[in-house]
Amino acid sequence: MNFDLTADQEALRDGIRSRCVSRFPMKRVRDGFDRSVWDELGEAGVFSLRADGFGLADAAIAFEELGRALVPGPLVWGHLAAGRAGGITGGIDVVADGPVIVEHLDAIDALAVIDAEGVRLVPAAVIAGAEPAARPLDPLTPVHRVGRLPDGDRIGGIDLLTQWRLEGAVLIGAFLVGIARACTDLSVAYAQERRQFDRPIGSFQAVKHILADMAVRTEVARASVHAAACTVDDPQMEVTRAVSGAKLLAGDAAVTNGLAATQVHGGMGFTWEVDVHLYLKRAWLLGTAFGTSGAHADTVADCLPAKGDTP
Amino acid sequence: MDLKYSESDEAFRSELRAWLARALPELPAHPGREDWKARRRFDTDWQRRLFDAGYAGLSWPREYGGRDASPSEQLVFLEETTAARAPNVGVNFVGLLHAGPTLMTEGTDEQKARHLPAILRGDEVWCQGFSEPAAGSDLAALRTRAVRDGDDYVVTGQKIWCSFGQVGDFGELLVRTDPDAPKHRGISWLILPMDLPGIEVRPIETVLGSSEFSEVFLDEVRVPVANRVGAENDGWRVTQVTFSFERGTAFVSEMVEARRLLDDLAALTADQVDRRELGHIAAELDALWALTKRNVSQAARTGSPGDGALMIKLAYSETRARLGELSLRVLGRAGLDLDAPEVGEMVEERLRTLSLTIAAGTSQIQRNIISERLLGLPREPMMTL
Repeated sequence: MNFDLTADQEALRDGIRSRCVSRFPMKRVRDGFDRSVWDELGEAGVFSLRADGFGLADAAIAFEELGRALVPGPLVWGHLAAGRAGGITGGIDVVADGPVIVEHLDAIDALAVIDAEGVRLVPAAVIAGAEPAARPLDPLTPVHRVGRLPDGDRIGGIDLLTQWRLEGAVLIGAFLVGIARACTDLSVAYAQERRQFDRPIGSFQAVKHILADMAVRTEVARASVHAAACTVDDPQMEVTRAVSGAKLLAGDAAVTNGLAATQVHGGMGFTWEVDVHLYLKRAWLLGTAFGTSGAHADTVADCLPAKGDTP
Repeated sequence: MDLKYSESDEAFRSELRAWLARALPELPAHPGREDWKARRRFDTDWQRRLFDAGYAGLSWPREYGGRDASPSEQLVFLEETTAARAPNVGVNFVGLLHAGPTLMTEGTDEQKARHLPAILRGDEVWCQGFSEPAAGSDLAALRTRAVRDGDDYVVTGQKIWCSFGQVGDFGELLVRTDPDAPKHRGISWLILPMDLPGIEVRPIETVLGSSEFSEVFLDEVRVPVANRVGAENDGWRVTQVTFSFERGTAFVSEMVEARRLLDDLAALTADQVDRRELGHIAAELDALWALTKRNVSQAARTGSPGDGALMIKLAYSETRARLGELSLRVLGRAGLDLDAPEVGEMVEERLRTLSLTIAAGTSQIQRNIISERLLGLPREPMMTL
């Protein structure tokens, strides 16, 4: 048992991190997703990590850095579909209730659809009658409302569906941990720089306690996501319990930290100019992907003894 | 990064499991909660059995009689003893998890030789004498005076929240040796033999009706200078060493215990809303266990448990409070009787764990430490930690 990052994993993390810092500064991130983002990440090997022999734990480390930089795009779907689809692949899990809302429809070549029987691939060009949202909740994730999705080609059954749901939840979880981390970093920096009552607001316990909780929440969620990724790579406890717990904690950490960051930034946190709202909005969006917090909490609970069982 | 226990960890697990299967049925019945003499006898007897079987002081170096076990073996030990519902550390808590590690790091050779083997064998019970009525979160404001007189310190003052004060043979005692120095610089750490003249122990009744804590009154108690741990007036630094053990490791067994309690509660819970909350708490406890594994892995590599260790106490105590609240909600009116068969323990645990966000540094103090030491935020004016 050695749950520390290996030297290789630290190198992977640092490599992705420095690429994000140099290639995806917030100015570019704010321009949204396009083919150049996809191509660059592809060249960096983000989508082919697994084919290149890396495990899900390694991919999670990479996706945490992508989340920290808030890189836009259907990145988790691209990673899942790598080797099965050409071009830019987005995705949707239509088992979720409610309207069919497709992300990045104008930018993708194909849409991977998880349905009750497995996974199918639909060319974006054949999706008709899609209504774009003029004002998407996350300005960096354009969405379309789609009436009916064409059938497309089935690329996998229940086994692939199960694998994608688990891996997708872990990678979205990792991305969310990155968001939680970024919200903490932004808030700590702001609390050190912003002065009121003749001193940095970060010196006040009313503020610094919020920041301490943000840091703890991030660290707990990170441990959970890493544990889930390791469990998928090498199952030794209930995989669903580990994965659902991770998505649940990561989603809650990202949203709670996004809200806390807004509060710590005061009036500035309510402006379009400051980046905090972009992180919070993505956290809300990703909270709806690969299972909601409530559904995942129920899944974990189903792994516990039932009423009347002898523990 | 992997979570898998090694073959030798698993071998240790089977050996331990087999021993527990033999040893536990031989134990006498657990004594009544307030029969402190009997509790001391029971807990030290268990400690002696662990010692004889080679399971005492797993983390301690061999030179002090420990096993020098790997961190993962220590986690296996906690998992197995909890699963088997073996006795917990009980009155040996302060000696094994607090005073012992402090002496190992800061004590003289004589102090180590005198106390460490005795703690490990269950021959010696320790209690804590840090807090005072006017020095809680602001511990460095402590006023108990120690005046040097020949080879002794003459100690006068009052301590409070002394864990296991009623049964302690020795106390960890913080005293002010230089009243003129800034408050952090005039403190010394002493070993207090609890049988010295001038010591009076008065139990405190907790919200549980229990009395594991005491007030200790010291009236011109003569403590040998040889009992000082660390240099004179360097006691605050020594105290930080003690705290790093208390906050870093002492909560690990609590966490394993909480996971067992969660399973017990699940077996009583049908309501979907309550079960969803259970799922949420289970996810948090699983994550904290993963974070513990990360901490011990980092400790094995770097010698220091890293940032995660500072966070465990805060996060665990908050999660534990949620579990406690949920248990009362699930039990409903069945929880109105502390002695109710099978569920009384849960109600009692809810009461006991009210202390977790207060003891060993309140959650508010933990947040100060995390924000200042980890995040680098400035201190609040007029306040030093």
